[in-house]
Amino acid sequence: MRERYGLNDPLWKRYFIWISGFVRGNFGESFEYKREVDELIWDRIAFTLIISVGSLIFTYIVAIPLGIYSATHQYKWSDHFLTFLSFVGMSIPAFLLALSLMVFAFDIFGVPLFGLFSAYYEGAPWTWGKLGDLFKHLWIPVIVVGINGTASLMRIMRGNLLDVLGQPFVQTARAKGLKEIVVVGKHAVRIAINPLISILGMSLPGILSGSAIVSIVLGLPTVGPILLRSLLNEDIYLAGTLIMMLSLLLVIGNLLADIALAWVDPRIRYE
Amino acid sequence: MEVTIETAEEIENTGDPWTDGGQLSYRQLIWRRFRKNRMGVIAGALLLLFYILAIGADFFAPYHYNEINMRLRHVPPQRLHFSVENGFYVHGLKSVRNPESLELEFTKDLVQRHPVEFFFKDAAGRRHLFSSAGPMFLLGTDRMGRDLLSRIMYGARVSMTLGLVGVFLSIVLGSILGTISGYWGGWVDNLIQRIIEVLSAFPDIPLWMALGAALPPGWSSIQIYFGITIILSIIRWGGLARQVRGKVLAYRESDFVMAARAAGAGHWHIITKHLLPGCYSHIIVIATLAIPGMILGETALSFLGLGIRPPMTSWGVLLEEAQRVTVLLHYPWLIFPAVPVLVVVIAFNFLGDALRDAADPYSD
Repeated sequence: MRERYGLNDPLWKRYFIWISGFVRGNFGESFEYKREVDELIWDRIAFTLIISVGSLIFTYIVAIPLGIYSATHQYKWSDHFLTFLSFVGMSIPAFLLALSLMVFAFDIFGVPLFGLFSAYYEGAPWTWGKLGDLFKHLWIPVIVVGINGTASLMRIMRGNLLDVLGQPFVQTARAKGLKEIVVVGKHAVRIAINPLISILGMSLPGILSGSAIVSIVLGLPTVGPILLRSLLNEDIYLAGTLIMMLSLLLVIGNLLADIALAWVDPRIRYE
Repeated sequence: MEVTIETAEEIENTGDPWTDGGQLSYRQLIWRRFRKNRMGVIAGALLLLFYILAIGADFFAPYHYNEINMRLRHVPPQRLHFSVENGFYVHGLKSVRNPESLELEFTKDLVQRHPVEFFFKDAAGRRHLFSSAGPMFLLGTDRMGRDLLSRIMYGARVSMTLGLVGVFLSIVLGSILGTISGYWGGWVDNLIQRIIEVLSAFPDIPLWMALGAALPPGWSSIQIYFGITIILSIIRWGGLARQVRGKVLAYRESDFVMAARAAGAGHWHIITKHLLPGCYSHIIVIATLAIPGMILGETALSFLGLGIRPPMTSWGVLLEEAQRVTVLLHYPWLIFPAVPVLVVVIAFNFLGDALRDAADPYSD
């Protein structure tokens, strides 16, 4: 048994054998599941991606308008309220939010909000009905994972827009007699939104981490729960592969964010 | 070569700072601006109070955190009453066995009254600020009949100091490596920057989970505590190092450093006397804003069972009991340790924000 898994070799040799297999797509075998790691992880990675991308979209769709609103209503009570809300949003740990949401949902609907599918579709082949069911369950983890990022992004958007609104060209636009909505929407927001794209790459680690821990609490079939299990059972090849995959996702995400920035901002392209 | 020149600070302090606003030192200016930020001051005071409660938990908590009462498991929070003749008191407990779940359930015994005594002396001879001879669980008890309020106070010791120690470690690591990186540049700079990039390519919670799982099971509580601290700060020093490097790079070419070099000052003198003081305010702000991340990290790790291990207790350890929905529905008070986590993290965020505004020379 130990012979078969190569556990008698020194650590560096085992690592070398595993990592050289990894780059060729051979991730080793899970001790616990007695199956190739390769078979276990792909649909989990797919669900992780779905939730992460969903959270990212949620974050930007909610944070940008709120940030704009907050900046254009600076120091009014609504701005103070949003500021306080964003501080709370930044401070609340995702797993706590998930936990309390689950308790509330159980109190109100009487059904546990567990997993990504209803019992009926669990294990069923993919149909349109199953896809619809997935979306019905998806919004909770997406919001829970996205809250932290939304709060901090909103603060950044507010700060950026306030900086831009103080600049002379905005004053010029106002002096020309443009409507406030044109000044803000057409002139100021366009510039203030630019840095948010470079933050895209920075917000990825938080979202991936968040999705892992929220999935553990909500029992979602993503990378999180299986990673925790493999760590507790010292299933090293599985755990190693999962962490490697998460890091790869992060690096690829950063690359995409950089490409998006170069696509949006011509100054970066020509440097 | 000994040169005796009064430092800038000494010159400033000779004048009376209150009559001449132009002679305030940088630190006094920061303090002045900070005091104007009401939220920041409140947050600071609140944190101070929490730290005092945590450090003096032996005295402030009504019970010891490991005092087990197997007959008083899952007691719901008791209400504190007040009457003129009795002072503060709580009602006694009546236990009834639930015929369905066979669990003991507790209700108020309206006849019995346990007065709350101040400066109470318990059986072991320890003084408590307030406690009672009868059972008095203001926030209820856990599955081993331990007082939740006391456990939260003791848990604050671990959770709140872990953030401080962890941030201290990352400050030391970050400032040293950031200074080296910015001051000497070249291949050293390149190497350190690449290491930071590699570290930041890991999503933090999964990596912490892996490192937490790798701590040997035979370690003592104290070893685990420092192990977790090191794990948390290993990833977080990168950001600080970058900021310090940026500052050092900017100052390195400035006139006053050139002057110091021309006067024959050594590297050590330049770094400690001319470069680092310019970074202090920056470092303090970043550190304050990094503490909540560490507290949340520890809470998350312990919550998953990969962090602090019992009998040591922390807020994360307490929340681990509240992990399952079924448990929470029956004993909702077990979620209460989440409240101090939230309050402390929000307070640190407000404090850090206020310090950042105060330290920014271009504000107001």
